[in-house]
Amino acid sequence: MSVSNVLERYAATGQETCFHGRHINPQIYQGLDGSNWHLEDYQSRGGYQALKKILGVDGGAGLTQDEVIAIVKESALRGRGGAGFPTGLKWSFMPRQFPGQKYLVCNSDEGEPGTCKDRDILQYNPHVVIEGMAIAAYAMGISVGYNYIHGEIFATYERFEAALEEARSAGLLGDRILGSGFSFQLHAAHGFGAYICGEETALLESLEGKKGQPRFKPPFPASFGLYGKPTTINNTETFAAVPWIIRNGGQAYLECGKPNNGGTKIFSVSGDVQRPGNYEIPMGTPFATLLELAGGVREGRKLKAVIPGGSSMPVLPADIMLATNMDYDSISKAGSMLGSGAVIVMDDSRCMVNSLLRLSYFYMHESCGQCTPCREGTGWLWRLVDRIEHGHGKLSDIEMLDSISDNIQGRTICALGDAAAMPVKAMIKHFRHEFVHHVEHKTCMVPTQA
Amino acid sequence: MISDAIKARFARETAKYPADQRQSAVMACLAIVQQELGHVSSDSEREVAAYLDMPLMAVHEVTTFYNMYNQEPVGRFKLNVCTNLPCQLRDASKALSHLEHRLGIKMGETTSDGVFTLQQSECLGACADAPVMLVNDRHMCSFMSNDKLDRLVVELTALGGGA
Repeated sequence: MSVSNVLERYAATGQETCFHGRHINPQIYQGLDGSNWHLEDYQSRGGYQALKKILGVDGGAGLTQDEVIAIVKESALRGRGGAGFPTGLKWSFMPRQFPGQKYLVCNSDEGEPGTCKDRDILQYNPHVVIEGMAIAAYAMGISVGYNYIHGEIFATYERFEAALEEARSAGLLGDRILGSGFSFQLHAAHGFGAYICGEETALLESLEGKKGQPRFKPPFPASFGLYGKPTTINNTETFAAVPWIIRNGGQAYLECGKPNNGGTKIFSVSGDVQRPGNYEIPMGTPFATLLELAGGVREGRKLKAVIPGGSSMPVLPADIMLATNMDYDSISKAGSMLGSGAVIVMDDSRCMVNSLLRLSYFYMHESCGQCTPCREGTGWLWRLVDRIEHGHGKLSDIEMLDSISDNIQGRTICALGDAAAMPVKAMIKHFRHEFVHHVEHKTCMVPTQA
Repeated sequence: MISDAIKARFARETAKYPADQRQSAVMACLAIVQQELGHVSSDSEREVAAYLDMPLMAVHEVTTFYNMYNQEPVGRFKLNVCTNLPCQLRDASKALSHLEHRLGIKMGETTSDGVFTLQQSECLGACADAPVMLVNDRHMCSFMSNDKLDRLVVELTALGGGA
């Protein structure tokens, strides 16, 4: 038996995370079983009909670029990578009449702790991303695109490459797609272990073969992107939402969710739940329902806290979360952010100081070193939390954590500085008593770390 | 020495990019070198730089910036256990200590027979499968309970000397 054969038997099957049948009105994960990722499977689910519709090769009149963008605007689709920026608006910023090369980039560098939704999209439904990107390219007059995939999910990168080959062979990518006048070349690239490359300008640097250090904005990628050319970057799940929107209309998508928060969203639920996994549900679904889909909190435990949008977002205590719905505006109102949709659940056996310690180590490790407040500040934060966790802290350290966070946040080129600072501030805001206990008693107030 | 077979793989990567942007393929080329040769040596960096027509230092910057490139030789099997918070909540730290105990090494070390290197890693992007472990950069192993870790170590040890 070869090494690959042995290792394949330990690979994820998607049964637990994606094919559990516990989604609510799924669009992207609809009908998947792990084996039906091929082109013909996707087409039997209605795949590539949206592309044919806009190109007018299905016998219809086709859609203009403006019409496609108008539908996406109407859908209220917002960026699924973390920032939640309206997708149609972003597409309309692209200088379509720019005479030179323009680029389309898909951000599949999914490394925000807690997030694993894009992996399952690319692994089990890769053509939906290809079709979404082709539609976006058409709408913005772009002829070349790249999908930059997290280096750690190499099997998924290889899956996407295989899907690209299928699409090329069927004339769905390449020159004069399906006999129309529209040409689009799409390629896959991979990272190799750098959280920062999920930041869009760091990703562009990496795609250019450099260290992934973020660029100062402005200029924004729409005017100075890949190789200095106008570039639009969207998240994997954002592109994956597009074919459904074109087939069914912007209004129908909007109605799946709630005003200003259209459609479904995939939440990656991790941590102290019975069934960690990805759950695709309509925007605006109560958190309590999502928790129920994930099987509830671990047996015999109570919900303590939730980080609702990936590790960079502020933590919220159980009572606030249980009264919150899962959409951009509701979570923002509750004091955090929807981010990438990674829901990290913590039960009453968890120490918040210890949890913050691991996150602070992460941001120190992944700071690219370019901006002083982040490079120095993230290390400082980690050392202070480490001191408190291990019983050597002082009460003034807690104020110091707050003050260092304030001096990082908003003072760096990219959002990693904010991402390092926000969890610290939120942990202290909601769980200050645990930090104080660690300092005063030199021990943890949570009896068991199971 | 980078063989012609490796260069043929390089060529498939450079073909993705504009002719004047060959440097874009550096990440993929270095990953291929690592897969074929185990790590990225200074000699390999020099050859990649020549192949892509870019400064040696620019290649070295890439090797040293990204976590997954091995700048030194590693064991036949490099095991990367994610210990970030979502995994930590599902016993990833215990999985890491279990492996330390089982292999008789600390994280960051290589077994004396050169079969295993054990490392802690940051988020692998498979949080719902925790504990997760990446083997030789390209194989993600999911739901790695201590039992499964033991089984995998036995199976890989058996293959350790072979091809």
